[in-house]
Amino acid sequence: MTQPALSITLRAKRPGFDLDVDVAAPSGLTVLFGASGSGKTSVVDAVAGLTRDVSGRIAVGNHVLLDTVQGLCLPPSQRRIGYVFQDARLFPHLTVRRNLDYARRVTRQPTDTARFDHVVEMLGIGHLLDRRTPRLSGGEKQRVAIGRALLSRPQLILADEPLAALDDPRKDEILPYFERLRDEGEVPILYVTHSTSEVARLATTVVALEEGRVVRQGDAIEVLGDPSFSPGDVRSVGAVIKARVATHHDDGLTELDAGGIPLYLPRIARDPGARVRVRIAAQDVILSRGRPEGISALNCLPGVVHEVQEGAGPGAILSLDTAAGRVLARITKRSLAAMDLSAGTELYAIVKTVAVAPEDVSGPKG
Amino acid sequence: MSWLGPEEWQAVALSLKVASWATVLSLPVAIWVAHLLARKEFPGKQVVNGLVHLPLILPPVVTGYLLLLTFGGTAPLGAFLTKLGLPLAFRWTGAALAAAIMGFPLMVRAIRLSIEAVDPKLEAAAATLGASRWSVFSTVTLPLALPGIIAGAILGFAKAMGEFGATITFVSNIPGETRTVPSAIYSFLQVPGGENAALRLVVISIIIAMGALVASEVLARRVAKRMEDA
Repeated sequence: MTQPALSITLRAKRPGFDLDVDVAAPSGLTVLFGASGSGKTSVVDAVAGLTRDVSGRIAVGNHVLLDTVQGLCLPPSQRRIGYVFQDARLFPHLTVRRNLDYARRVTRQPTDTARFDHVVEMLGIGHLLDRRTPRLSGGEKQRVAIGRALLSRPQLILADEPLAALDDPRKDEILPYFERLRDEGEVPILYVTHSTSEVARLATTVVALEEGRVVRQGDAIEVLGDPSFSPGDVRSVGAVIKARVATHHDDGLTELDAGGIPLYLPRIARDPGARVRVRIAAQDVILSRGRPEGISALNCLPGVVHEVQEGAGPGAILSLDTAAGRVLARITKRSLAAMDLSAGTELYAIVKTVAVAPEDVSGPKG
Repeated sequence: MSWLGPEEWQAVALSLKVASWATVLSLPVAIWVAHLLARKEFPGKQVVNGLVHLPLILPPVVTGYLLLLTFGGTAPLGAFLTKLGLPLAFRWTGAALAAAIMGFPLMVRAIRLSIEAVDPKLEAAAATLGASRWSVFSTVTLPLALPGIIAGAILGFAKAMGEFGATITFVSNIPGETRTVPSAIYSFLQVPGGENAALRLVVISIIIAMGALVASEVLARRVAKRMEDA
């Protein structure tokens, strides 16, 4: 990691815990991940300058926002941060257009029609421009909020659980925009969530918080592929692998190429050659010591056990190195003993086609 | 207005002038103080709050006498203002000051409530978008608190129209200069045969008060509608 796009060192007292975090994140989308009360919002509010009772240092690239040793603490208005709030926080007395234009007007910047039109078009909110905001749907509000943040020409985008208040279809409506922002790579994004599927789909970097402390941080694919990283509900454990769309078959399946291994899943709307991320939930993986024959599952990945992590309950999580990347599997301790699995064991990971759910597949469009 | 005698008409016009000036001049101060009380924490906040409310609790005559002590021709401040060409004691300008001070607590209360009702999260959002404190106030807080500000202004105006005790103590009851509608009603009731004139002024007072109330209701509704509708 060279010069981090975002570095945060913070100490603060909070009811119930002491915040003590040290984060250095590269550009891309950094997910701040943790249960509620783990200090995620305290961190983003400190980055935005909305809470002042913290000590430490925060910098976005070379732009220092807070340095309590130097006695520097920029007011929120000078931090150049586009904050997408969970509750959108659109101005109810202004139209969508004036909300989008708000940052430009208060900072007295000249109009930039090209940029405005670009953002409006990207978010598909052209037909809403003259509407007032209280009557927009949740998804529309959040899209306008993203546009408003983008049009403030931020150096960093903060998103505090931007999907938490939305139902599933609305989540699917908003997620692609964050993917697109991540892939355009212009602005680093700090994204707060407690949802593992959002982590799997969006994160370049994962920073896991527990009781105000960073318990894990690093490249998303590495962290998610680590069996000792089992946040919250074990059913949500799953690794992410990178793949390319190989071809679309006539029978409705799409074939992906994951490091030379074919993976089949119901057709996805991506062109051949497109890069995608595939999330494979650990509980959807079946292990076999011999090459399986005569079974209905299409996806079979030969691999080697990398690590075994036995949980407190009856389950264990294994990480496997395959040509496609690291895959996690959750099995019972009984199977672990019966199959005599340990680090270095060669075996096959079987993933049912339908288990590779379309909503867990993501990637840059076009 | 032929059914109003010249003396009565004079009192009505003077009252309108005094109340308008009192409202226009005290409104910005009331907004500032209300914002301070609604949003800021500072040492002595309760003292400021108490001072603001004092005219509401003190006997008006006491407020009037304190004004006379402060702004009378012989008091240093009063003499200074007279030198500047702004004498207050026994002038309509003093009546405006007395009316403004008496209406001030009512204004501040209404405006403070409406500012407290503005979601601070919206102000925080505005700040992250680059708005300075003043911009946050003028583009978010003020427009959203507008219904309450209108209500406060109308309340202050109505109070100014009806102010009697402090006014008569501070600036007396001089026809054409400081004889406002309440002072005129009082004067008419002191002389035999003045009841009819007094009654006419009572009717005028009621009409103006009702008019102000309706106007504030209409304005506040229009603002609220503008904020809710698509």
